[in-house]
Amino acid sequence: MSSDQPTPGDAQSTQEARIGSGADDRFNSKLREAFGSTPFILTKFDKFMNWVRGSSMFMLQFGIACCSIEMIHTYAIKHDLDRFGAGVPRASPRQADVIIIPGTIVSKFAPRMKRVYDQMPEPKFVVSMGSCTISGGPFQEGYNVIKGAEEVIPVDIHVPGCPPRPEALIYGVAKLQERIANGESSPVTVKPYELEQFGDLEQDELVDKLASEIDEEDLVMRYNWADAP
Amino acid sequence: MHHEFRWTLSLAIARSLRLSTAHSPPEVSRMSLEEPEPSTHGDVGVTEDGLDYAALEALIGDSVIGRESHVNADGFVVRPDDVQAVLGTLKSEAGFDFCSCVTAQEYQDRYESIYHLKKYDDPTQEVSIVVPSPRDDPHNQTATPVHQTAAWHEREAYDLVGIEYDEHPDLRRILLPETWQGHPLSRDYNQDKPQIVTLREHANPLQEDARSASDPDTMFVNIGPHHPATHGVLHVKTTLDGEQIADIEPDIGYLHRCEEQMCQQSTYRHQIMPYPDRWDYVSAGILNEWAYARAAEDLADIEVPEYAQVIRTMSAELCRIAAHALAMGTFALDVFGDFTAVFQYAFRDREVVQNILEDLTGQRLMFNYMRLGGVAWDLPEPREEFFEKVRDFLDELPHKLEEYHDLVTGNEIFQMRCVDTGVLSPEKAKEYGCTGPVARGSGVDYDLRRDDPYGYYDELDWSVITEDGCDNFSRVLVRLREIEESARIIEQCTDLLEEWPEDDREIQANVPRTLRPDPDKEIYRAVEGAKGELGIYIRSDGTDKPARFKIRSPCFSNLHSLAEMSQGEYVPDMIASLGSLDIVLGEVDR
Repeated sequence: MSSDQPTPGDAQSTQEARIGSGADDRFNSKLREAFGSTPFILTKFDKFMNWVRGSSMFMLQFGIACCSIEMIHTYAIKHDLDRFGAGVPRASPRQADVIIIPGTIVSKFAPRMKRVYDQMPEPKFVVSMGSCTISGGPFQEGYNVIKGAEEVIPVDIHVPGCPPRPEALIYGVAKLQERIANGESSPVTVKPYELEQFGDLEQDELVDKLASEIDEEDLVMRYNWADAP
Repeated sequence: MHHEFRWTLSLAIARSLRLSTAHSPPEVSRMSLEEPEPSTHGDVGVTEDGLDYAALEALIGDSVIGRESHVNADGFVVRPDDVQAVLGTLKSEAGFDFCSCVTAQEYQDRYESIYHLKKYDDPTQEVSIVVPSPRDDPHNQTATPVHQTAAWHEREAYDLVGIEYDEHPDLRRILLPETWQGHPLSRDYNQDKPQIVTLREHANPLQEDARSASDPDTMFVNIGPHHPATHGVLHVKTTLDGEQIADIEPDIGYLHRCEEQMCQQSTYRHQIMPYPDRWDYVSAGILNEWAYARAAEDLADIEVPEYAQVIRTMSAELCRIAAHALAMGTFALDVFGDFTAVFQYAFRDREVVQNILEDLTGQRLMFNYMRLGGVAWDLPEPREEFFEKVRDFLDELPHKLEEYHDLVTGNEIFQMRCVDTGVLSPEKAKEYGCTGPVARGSGVDYDLRRDDPYGYYDELDWSVITEDGCDNFSRVLVRLREIEESARIIEQCTDLLEEWPEDDREIQANVPRTLRPDPDKEIYRAVEGAKGELGIYIRSDGTDKPARFKIRSPCFSNLHSLAEMSQGEYVPDMIASLGSLDIVLGEVDR
């Protein structure tokens, strides 16, 4: 839109009504027009904040397994997640709002993932991508596999598939945006594995056995496989 | 980065550089390699019609306590305290310079380590060295002094199966956390027992920085497991002296999702096939499926129809292009942070390949397209449309590759970062068991598609690409040039498929519904995956599930050589080396 070509009547008139004639129409926008000629919008502050939150999400650049390849495709050319206001991958968790968990979580990685999640500032949201993050997926029976992301951190949106197509992930992210805009969040449904100090674990045979190898202050995660879903 | 930056290079010179890099070794100065030692390899046992195992047995003489016959090669059972002597003799006298894989397993009455030996010159010459050790105290001599690559393989065997290797330089767990209890692939492992895993605080670099004569001025830095340049969940423990790497140790196992266990509890016929897609998951699925298909078909004596072989060859090479495109895109991201151009270009081209593969298999990434004895279904109808799609892709490819050479290999900054960094000499590459583009970038002329032919490769006209720069640049160049060769293969396959008579389009051999190979049949078979030699060892016990299923991952061995390439180099060069190795953690950790 160039300034010497006036746009059709309506747009010009609401703009004129708001900011007077002669102002550059570059400052106008479709969205602004949609609100009509009034210079004020009346909304609840929290509602507005939630809308803003959902419309500009910084994703954590976080790859685990196969799903991360489809996740990269979702960010990259053709699918371009950025179109939906969610395409700025941040390398540091301290700058991210959303973590997509794209892959199988195994015993050695879960404490690290928990730590990365803890480092993200509130409010933070989690999209779990793929069957592995729901139940362990095809590796559910593995001796080393955590049976789903919710065993470690709370999850807002599950995107099923092995792996989900980029379209599915985009749908999941759009649904998350919708929920955020509506101020909804998911309850934590399982008691997750926690990072705790070794000294705080309940004494049993295993703890006694490892006492010589692990310091009291070391952070550990204890997996009770028999209780896993 | 050993070069001065020469910003003033005129366009003309830059262009001539590019042209020279695209078609011949670049004219930039390279570290001259030391003269390769004259080959002292003997050729004991080599005859016109294959290996003479009796001559080999005579060579290692007293150490042999038994003979075994595997489907792929004969095996010698040797004394557990003679491993080094046997492997050393076979290496120097008979030319077995490639320790492809070490398989460990537990029988009812004993443990066993099998060293699968081959020759880089001719991988069809194979021999298995079987080392038994007692069930109550499993230990045998390490092979590390003879084959460097065995160090990691034996650590894995110790970790998962529980065999101890005497005199091993560093026998620790490699895949599972160090506090793990038990060895999960041993017979009496109870996987319901709880486990405790630590999150050790990172060493404080400043505190550790003891400035005394005995303790040099070094600093510890963690790279990963959550780090954009590690290509997944790899943790690299580095000790820096200034900006140079004094010590480096890749810490793996953050994606060890029990692939071998999964295959061992699945049936041959249908249940195993989906898993290979998930080893090397950067669209290399069909290449991986072929590894399993080849091993299982040879184990069960299944003959694959020729038409299916052509389809397999074509789809596998499409996968190779997709995999190499990703390797190059992420490598550009690593060395010049280029998310907007090269990376997006690479993903644009991957989308095209994935579309074709989706038409063929119904899936974008996890194809599950091969079946034992053939493929799942014929080419999609209408066939003309499919062929047109493939041809359109092939027609555009030369132009795209030219673009890549413009953007990547011809880029002066890229050359500064990659030429002469991460040097891996051919001798070292062999010692570490490197294969694939990593070995071929070091001038090791080894490609199973040609050297141990399978599928339809030996009927087609294509060549094996090698570069002798031995550096990061060569490895990238090999991949780019291999895309051209893959395109040639696909083109010939497309021609063949187009003209194939309609009444002879057999896609599947007659295979029994339930496969039960004879008990105690053993096989080790490999194919050329996207990253190198992807091998499968299977031992059957007469049931419809394998008793032992071992995956020889090319990335695992290739990653082992990272320390060799990065010692004394700068941190950014290490990142470039890591990128040029093109590892996939799903395959490293399995």
